[in-house]
Amino acid sequence: MNAMPPLKQRKLSLKERYSHLTRGLGWETTYQPMDKVFPYVSYEGIKIHDWEAWEDPFRLTMDAYWKYQAEKERKLYAVIESFAQNNGHLNITDARYVNALKLFLTGVSPLEYSAHRGYAHVGRHFVGAGPRIACQMQAIDELRHAQTQMHTMSHYNKFFDGLHDARHMHDRVWYLSVPKSFFEDACSAGPFEFLTSISFSFEYVLTNLLFVPFMSGAAYNGDMATVTFGFSAQSDEARHMTLGLEIIKFMLEQDEGNVPIVQRWIDKWFWRGYRLLGLVSMMMDYMLPKRIMSWAEAWEMYFEQAGDALFEDLSRYGIRKPKYHEVASKEKHRLSHEVWSIFYNYTHAAAFHTWLPTEDEMKWLSAKYPDTFDKYYRPRFKCWSEMAAEGKRFYNPTLPQLCTTCQIPMGFTEPDDPTTICFRSAEYKGERYHFCSDGCKDIFCYEPEKYVQSWLPVHQIYMGNCGGAEVKDVLDWYHLNFGVDNFDYEGSPDQKLWDEWQAQKAANPV
Amino acid sequence: MTVSAISRYEFKARDRVENFHGNQIVYWHWEEHLMFCAPIALPMPPSMPFRAALETVLPGCYGAHPDWSKIDWSKVTWMLDSRPFKPNMDASLAENNIGHKSVLRFWTPGLQGIDGIPTC
Repeated sequence: MNAMPPLKQRKLSLKERYSHLTRGLGWETTYQPMDKVFPYVSYEGIKIHDWEAWEDPFRLTMDAYWKYQAEKERKLYAVIESFAQNNGHLNITDARYVNALKLFLTGVSPLEYSAHRGYAHVGRHFVGAGPRIACQMQAIDELRHAQTQMHTMSHYNKFFDGLHDARHMHDRVWYLSVPKSFFEDACSAGPFEFLTSISFSFEYVLTNLLFVPFMSGAAYNGDMATVTFGFSAQSDEARHMTLGLEIIKFMLEQDEGNVPIVQRWIDKWFWRGYRLLGLVSMMMDYMLPKRIMSWAEAWEMYFEQAGDALFEDLSRYGIRKPKYHEVASKEKHRLSHEVWSIFYNYTHAAAFHTWLPTEDEMKWLSAKYPDTFDKYYRPRFKCWSEMAAEGKRFYNPTLPQLCTTCQIPMGFTEPDDPTTICFRSAEYKGERYHFCSDGCKDIFCYEPEKYVQSWLPVHQIYMGNCGGAEVKDVLDWYHLNFGVDNFDYEGSPDQKLWDEWQAQKAANPV
Repeated sequence: MTVSAISRYEFKARDRVENFHGNQIVYWHWEEHLMFCAPIALPMPPSMPFRAALETVLPGCYGAHPDWSKIDWSKVTWMLDSRPFKPNMDASLAENNIGHKSVLRFWTPGLQGIDGIPTC
């Protein structure tokens, strides 16, 4: 028998392969009606007339995706390995810096994992194959980010306290209910709101205020492992941001009726994201031994200027800037000081240390915040340092009132008065609810059924659901080591170890 | 408005009073003393006399502040749930209309933070 010559297969172009992967893999179901196969795409009120109109500017195919990701992983793990072998932790500016990592590992890394779950879920539920593929790739990215962050920071866990059980802490520790409830609010919404909240409001509008400060902070403070993680995630983030902008434009172009729904989500998720970033503000202004820029400067550059351009662009669809953006701008000269004060008050119940800024650091704060720091906050540090000098380091002995929506202690002040706490409240079905701001109150009032379920850590402690009535009992339940992970940096085991290393370094100069 | 949901979406308030074992939550806030970063939350029996809250509970919360011992309680002004309020010292919290998750804000004239700085 004559053998047939093998068919010469023409290699498909990238565009063709992408088209097969997305359009080619979608079909109209026949055994079951489409609305039963995709039960979540219509209940939010968003109308899509043509899923084919979805544009994915990246056109990434799976084979290319695996290749790029594998390359990035190889580079990252080589750096992590050499960081460990060369005792890279000895080259950071100061052990106080590690507290920023503790906050990141317990507060942010678990969100990467939640994002993985969220994108895997919506990646199943969109009708169009284009957005489905984009979400599924992002789901894998987010899992990779959670994993590489844990691997990067695990080196620090060998030497420093508070890094030993981030996943458990994320579910229980009082201030971690802030990022946790933020993300659960998004994941329990429908697929379109989820993408508006995480892909657009968070990844597109606000991400520069989360990632840039942490990664530049790492670079400025000698933490090369975390910097490398940042680079490894950067190209993924660019893809995520594009998905965020695309979903917004897609919804707005598909139906005019989508505009008010999208606007309300943008308003809600801007405010929720901004409140969450309060944690970043204190990290920038107080926790980095070597500072990059102030929170106020970052807000001006990344939100006020970049946001202006973005919302100018979206105005042709009838979208305006998020509600209460002007309140956020009024707060920029006090936000970090108020948040640091909350953590200074309650460090005895936290998984990281706080401290009083040094005289040099206060000079920097005065220069960056000329209208507020010397007037309102320097005098407070003076009082606290006098108390500490007498051996009575100030800790607030009573649990704080929390905002029902953002779950942050009610430490924020009136938009036009930095000396008076901002109280807002509402009644729903005979029950009182309290809020830190008009932004948080509006979010509650639109969907009270959702937020009456808020798991507020302070109330949970008083109900007896958190291990006991004493701070020590609650900290055991959090898996925190009392007297080690908590309290002031001054006198902590972290400080003791760091000082010993510095003394050795001084005694054995290279 | 109401939440968008795929089915009936109704839940009981997680923080309703019966979950607090006979106590109710009362929020207190000493104005112009922001060394205490936020209002405080206290579980208190509704039958507790107002005076007892002032004399036995609050000193443990605010006593570390040098202004605390100088307060003249007859001059203090109060707000209860956003309305001006004059407490009956010998009546209970409940008789004073202080309910679950009520907010009590108080101002201490002449005492406005260390060196008169309300953030201290």
